[in-house]
Amino acid sequence: MSEKLLMKGNEAISEAAIQAGCRYFFGYPITPQNEIPAYMSKRMPKVNGLYLQAESEVSAINMVYGAAGAGARVMTSSSSPGISLKQEGISYIAGSELPCVIVNIVRGGPGLGGIQPAQSDYFQSVKGGGHGDYKLVVLVPSSVQEAVDMTIEAFDIADMYRMPVMILGDGLLGQMMEPVVFKSYEPRQILEKTWGTTGTEGKRKPNIINSLYIDPKDLEDKNIERFERYKYIEKNEVQVEVVDCEDVDIVLIAYGTMARVVKSAMKIAREQGYKVGVIRPLTVWPFPTEAICKVARTAKAFLTIEMSMGQMVEDVKLAVNGQKPVYFYGRTGGMVPTPNDIVEEIKKISGGEKL
Amino acid sequence: MNLSKAQEVIIAGFGGQGVMFAGKLIASAGMLDEKEVSWLPSYGPEMRGGTANCHVIVSDELVGSPIIVNPTTLIVLNRPSLDKFENTVLPGGILMVDTSLVDRKVSRTDIKVVEISATQLALDMGERKLGNMVILGKWIRETGLVSMETVQKALKKAVPAGKEKLIELNIKALEIGYNYN
Repeated sequence: MSEKLLMKGNEAISEAAIQAGCRYFFGYPITPQNEIPAYMSKRMPKVNGLYLQAESEVSAINMVYGAAGAGARVMTSSSSPGISLKQEGISYIAGSELPCVIVNIVRGGPGLGGIQPAQSDYFQSVKGGGHGDYKLVVLVPSSVQEAVDMTIEAFDIADMYRMPVMILGDGLLGQMMEPVVFKSYEPRQILEKTWGTTGTEGKRKPNIINSLYIDPKDLEDKNIERFERYKYIEKNEVQVEVVDCEDVDIVLIAYGTMARVVKSAMKIAREQGYKVGVIRPLTVWPFPTEAICKVARTAKAFLTIEMSMGQMVEDVKLAVNGQKPVYFYGRTGGMVPTPNDIVEEIKKISGGEKL
Repeated sequence: MNLSKAQEVIIAGFGGQGVMFAGKLIASAGMLDEKEVSWLPSYGPEMRGGTANCHVIVSDELVGSPIIVNPTTLIVLNRPSLDKFENTVLPGGILMVDTSLVDRKVSRTDIKVVEISATQLALDMGERKLGNMVILGKWIRETGLVSMETVQKALKKAVPAGKEKLIELNIKALEIGYNYN
């Protein structure tokens, strides 16, 4: 299928999952991601897959746990409050070394918050929303096409490293329509899932899916082993877009749909004579620390822009490591900065002078 | 990303008037013309009878922010939408008003105002829900940004199988708007 289609982000993510071989979806409705379960409920039966609306998010994520344990390609989706409910299950899935894909179409928080787009679940996504020593690979698409490509890749990444992968979008991405093409893709080399609990048929020892290690030494070994894998991922799975950052004064850093607004701002600022570039992480864990650190040698300052009170900015500061000042501008609760808001911030940082 | 070339259209009205669908047709037609497009709906507590709007961008370059701050065209199908968005229209832009449902005049003088009794014209053809297509037809005529032919092609793609009868009616409504003086 290579026809260009006009699709909503939520629907495109769903179709991408199916094309990646996902045949199990467990979810529970919440705005602004309802088109995902709606699409899955229509489409899954047609590909001999299973769609199930669970009685709660907690239940849905534990169904994901079960399907993942049997080696199936499985996905769930929700939005912020629902993702909070899933955190226990996500920790168990990470602890049991199981692959799955979790979509978070973020809305304003905390609590029930609102239903408009936000990026305030960054900490929850990249710093371990559940308990224990674990991480998720977190992919942050900024267009509907990228959401498609990343969703497909997410299943491969999950299987390759036996860990949950999160697609972190926001209400804008989920609700907007853009042209998309479902290209054929080259799947990664995935080892056969010999660990799955699929029934022994009396031919092998039972596989055990478990996250309980009573002996502290065993648990430590398990965590150390997992973090060795994380180190490998940090080296090999970082994705970042660096736009015109040579010889600039201010580097704007943003991810997801916010990065689109930031690129519009960059264009306006450049027309007004400000030397600005953009760094856009496509993965927020692993974080593009190296790319940012490198640009910090030549740029004069950084401005992180988020739809939150300031979360990713902490990782930017760690990456810049004191080399240059790091500023923050954000709107929250569902408010979205406009390109002009950002240009004003650039002017403020420049002290009115074109650095 | 040439912002000056981008056409940024906001269509606003009551839920149920087909503002989302009209916007989708502009976006699909733009896509068929090999343009970059985005379509963004309002998705707050809007519902049938409440206010609803969508932001459509058609551009030669990749679309940056999908949120429109100052539309090049604003199409309003009710009074609350005119009150809410009138001041946002880009100077020199176009404001299209469905005069059958908007009971006041536009106060801006730095924009082009196009008045059409879209809903009444749709009622006259016996299809009260097609005011959206009437005003869209007029928009095509006014701006020439997409051709009537491409919009009709997009329409054929958007209408599900079994409802082909609707295509004809929609085209008829588009033509009424297109030919309205």
